Amino acid sequence: MPHTFTLPSLPEGWSADKNFKAIGSLSKPSQRIIEPVGPHFLAHARRKRHKRTFSEDERIQAQNNVKKTEDDDEGDISEPEDPVMLQRDAKDWKGQDHYAVLGLSKYRWRATEEQVRKAHRKKVLKHHPDKKAAAGGSEDDSFFKCIQKATEILLDPTKRRQWDSVDEAADVEPPTKKETQKGNFYRLWGRVFDAEGRFSRNQPVPKLGDENSTKPEVEDFYNFWYTFDSWRTFEYQDEDVPDDNENRDQKRHVERKNANARKKKKTEDTARLRHLVDDALALDERIKKFKQAEHAQRNKKRLEREAEEKRVAEEAVKAKEAAARAAVEKAEAEKAGKAETKKAKEAAKNAAKKNKRVVRGAVKEANYFAGAGDAPAKQVEAVLNEVDLIITKIDNEELAGLKAKLDGKTKAEEIKGIFAEEVKRLVGAGTLKEGEAKVLA
Amino acid sequence: MSEEEAPDSRVCIGVSFGNSYSSIAYTAADGKTEVIANEDGDRQIPSILSYVSGEEFNGNQAKAQLVRNPENTVVCFRDFLGREFKDIDPTPCHTSAHPISQDSTIAFNICDDDSGNAHPVSISTITTRHLARLKASASDYLGRNVTHAVLTVPTNFTPAQQEALKACAAEAKISILHFIHEPISSLLAYDARSPDTASPSDKNVVVVDIGATRSDVTVVASRGGIYTILATQHDYDTAGTQLDSVLIDHFAKAFLQKHKTSTDPRTTPRSLAKMKLECENVKKHLSLSTSATFSVESLVSGLDFTLTINRSRYELLASKHFQALGRLVLAGVTKAGLDPLDVSEIVMAGGSSHTPRIASAIAALFPEETRVFSPATDNNAVNPSEAAARGAAIQASLIAEFEEKDIEESVHAVVTSTPHLEATVGLVGAGDSFLPVVLKDTPVPVRKTVTVAAPKDGGDVLVRIAEGERAIDVTVAEKVEKKTNGAKTDDEDSDEASESDDEPEEIRKVVWKATKPVAEAGVAGVKKGGKVEVQISVHADLTVHVQIREVGGKGGVRGTVEASS
Repeated sequence: MPHTFTLPSLPEGWSADKNFKAIGSLSKPSQRIIEPVGPHFLAHARRKRHKRTFSEDERIQAQNNVKKTEDDDEGDISEPEDPVMLQRDAKDWKGQDHYAVLGLSKYRWRATEEQVRKAHRKKVLKHHPDKKAAAGGSEDDSFFKCIQKATEILLDPTKRRQWDSVDEAADVEPPTKKETQKGNFYRLWGRVFDAEGRFSRNQPVPKLGDENSTKPEVEDFYNFWYTFDSWRTFEYQDEDVPDDNENRDQKRHVERKNANARKKKKTEDTARLRHLVDDALALDERIKKFKQAEHAQRNKKRLEREAEEKRVAEEAVKAKEAAARAAVEKAEAEKAGKAETKKAKEAAKNAAKKNKRVVRGAVKEANYFAGAGDAPAKQVEAVLNEVDLIITKIDNEELAGLKAKLDGKTKAEEIKGIFAEEVKRLVGAGTLKEGEAKVLA
Repeated sequence: MSEEEAPDSRVCIGVSFGNSYSSIAYTAADGKTEVIANEDGDRQIPSILSYVSGEEFNGNQAKAQLVRNPENTVVCFRDFLGREFKDIDPTPCHTSAHPISQDSTIAFNICDDDSGNAHPVSISTITTRHLARLKASASDYLGRNVTHAVLTVPTNFTPAQQEALKACAAEAKISILHFIHEPISSLLAYDARSPDTASPSDKNVVVVDIGATRSDVTVVASRGGIYTILATQHDYDTAGTQLDSVLIDHFAKAFLQKHKTSTDPRTTPRSLAKMKLECENVKKHLSLSTSATFSVESLVSGLDFTLTINRSRYELLASKHFQALGRLVLAGVTKAGLDPLDVSEIVMAGGSSHTPRIASAIAALFPEETRVFSPATDNNAVNPSEAAARGAAIQASLIAEFEEKDIEESVHAVVTSTPHLEATVGLVGAGDSFLPVVLKDTPVPVRKTVTVAAPKDGGDVLVRIAEGERAIDVTVAEKVEKKTNGAKTDDEDSDEASESDDEPEEIRKVVWKATKPVAEAGVAGVKKGGKVEVQISVHADLTVHVQIREVGGKGGVRGTVEASS
């Protein structure tokens, strides 16, 4: 520290109004960002936000701190005291509600040791028999004894557990099916499980969650409750064991009875809890949801495969139908074609007949090449035979050609010439033998 | 029926989420801060995730996978968060899963399920999973579900990166109350346990954070417990991995000498990965003991290799890097407009700060009076790897009770942006000596009180208030009498004001000079041997209130100096 720093003496003739004079001012500051970290920054932020100066802030903080401790003292014990409870007899301590006696019924099993201690102190200050006596009341200290008993139990971890085990006021009745169907499932059952969770040896106890909880969370939750490790005991409800040394048998009998009763109650409690979890599980919508999701997942592949098969089958059917239709069309087309050819054939036949008639008629026109006058029967027969011979030797087209040549020809020479030409062509083609058509040659 | 009371169920931890290692800490109600170990018992949890046929590994288990399963192991992803692919440096991921670009963000092509097919997993998914693992570890340890956290970030983390980190944390069901800067967090871890927490002294602190992939130097002005960052320096080339590679080179060369026909172990990825892991261990051992053994089974083609190295050999090999770090620190101090003489504390953070030589190399650059907090130089030092997490946990305990709106308002620029004094304000004493009272770079408003001696004979005393400046007096030290000098340059921070033994040729010391008078006041009739108490309050608008009184006396002098318009 500046032990070597000394202030100078006031020079001669120095004077100022109120012994102070301002000479200059500070240099311009630079704007920087301070780091919002640490307790001193928080104080700075508080001053800045509430526009306090250093001394104001110190004063207000000091006041706040004082108030806080006062609040703590008052807070825990504002519960009204039941006049009936105040009349209790300390001998009947097993029947009393220890939390209510200390004014902690709001906290119950959640009350910390510190709270119990504080509550005890408060109650002692109020109900100490000396105080009552000073106020002119009777020297009845029965409620004071209740307070002492309650504190004794609540400050001893073993005894407190025994009491908490049978503290019915802390139990939450499971909701009925009807109640949960109004959409209150998570709220109502959550409270039940929170209350039951106090008996768990494993802390923290998983929460029931809500409809958005994931599958592992829900599974964890029910697994936890189906493998619940409870410290609940029923010693508190034991029958008093006679404390005389005279009747040992009686004592042992009562002890045995107590042990059996405890065991029975514990078994009942385990069954009750299991039943309760069963009920909750049965009502839990999430389980159904997960099952459906799982089912959908498992069936997804199968459904896909089935859809594929169905599609293939449909395609096959379609293809078959298309083929059948094509076959029908083809058959019809063939049928129509056949009729056509038949017609054409008939027409050709008719034409051939007509042509034959024309050819035969042509020789008749030419008077069987007998010149003028009636043709002798022999001549007629020979000519007709040869014409028929020619007709049989030539096909329909040649016949048509022959007919065309003969058409309109009336002169016997011309007609004969045409026939002679035809015979010559047929002989040349080798279909007619030389000399077979003598008359027409 | 018992009514369900909602107790304040907020459980707020401090998280230091580093590029290479993360740590988590919790400050209990009794004010004790504890760094939480994960299920493997590690307090420094490697920020690494690894996937083996659908199973996720985190921390050291994942780190071990770097040898066998590098392609499905993600490392060094913190700095990639909230960035675009073109802005990132993927070098640290060279021997693990490589970052790829995926719709304006970054992803890693890994196989994280049992399908056997690699597919891109986005950086935010990776970060979320890592944070969820940290949260689970903390919740397991505390036995209560962790809901809130204070996270440390580097000073150059952008708002976009913070937003991305916040979103990831929200995915992991952690709501972030506050981001604080890593160096400030480390500093807070120290300041919280110093004895004068109620009225901390004014000091300039250099926080040296040497991590695995980057080194940061931050110069901080600490004024009455309020921190202002004056300058920062970042170096991505001198950090823990470079120190590892010095060792890798050394051992690889030794191995090749012994096995002349073998291939270089640095050329095969698996051998290199083995060497990396082992060299990191060797380096850590060398920080604690004077020799360490490198031992790898089947380094290359079935050849085992074991070799012992002593600390001085390592220090010789890595001296280049140590010097570079020293230069980095000095550059930071210069950038802040300070001299090494102005620095009264150096806080070492980050894993590599365990290396004794780094601390001593940096200490050598500063005067002897400068305190260096590192395990090598101070037995009570906070573990440098844990400092940031501890600071975050302390901050978490401070603000855990606050409404989120309150926190938001408090960290708003309206509150944090503050005028800082440009010149030191102090008292002028006899013989024109100057006593600094309110140091330069102090945020205003500020209130300071000093008690100074009046002249021996008492009587009327003149109190002069002035702005002053610090000069460095360099004298050649041959025949300097310490006493006469000491009397002239008396100084509140007397620890800064004497000679340094390291350079016998030259003695540098701080000399204060008054530059600009601000006010004068007279106190009448001070007793013989009496003392005068001066209180200087500087308001946000630079108005100065002065209050002077004799200690034990009555009355006193008050006065106001208006700010210049």
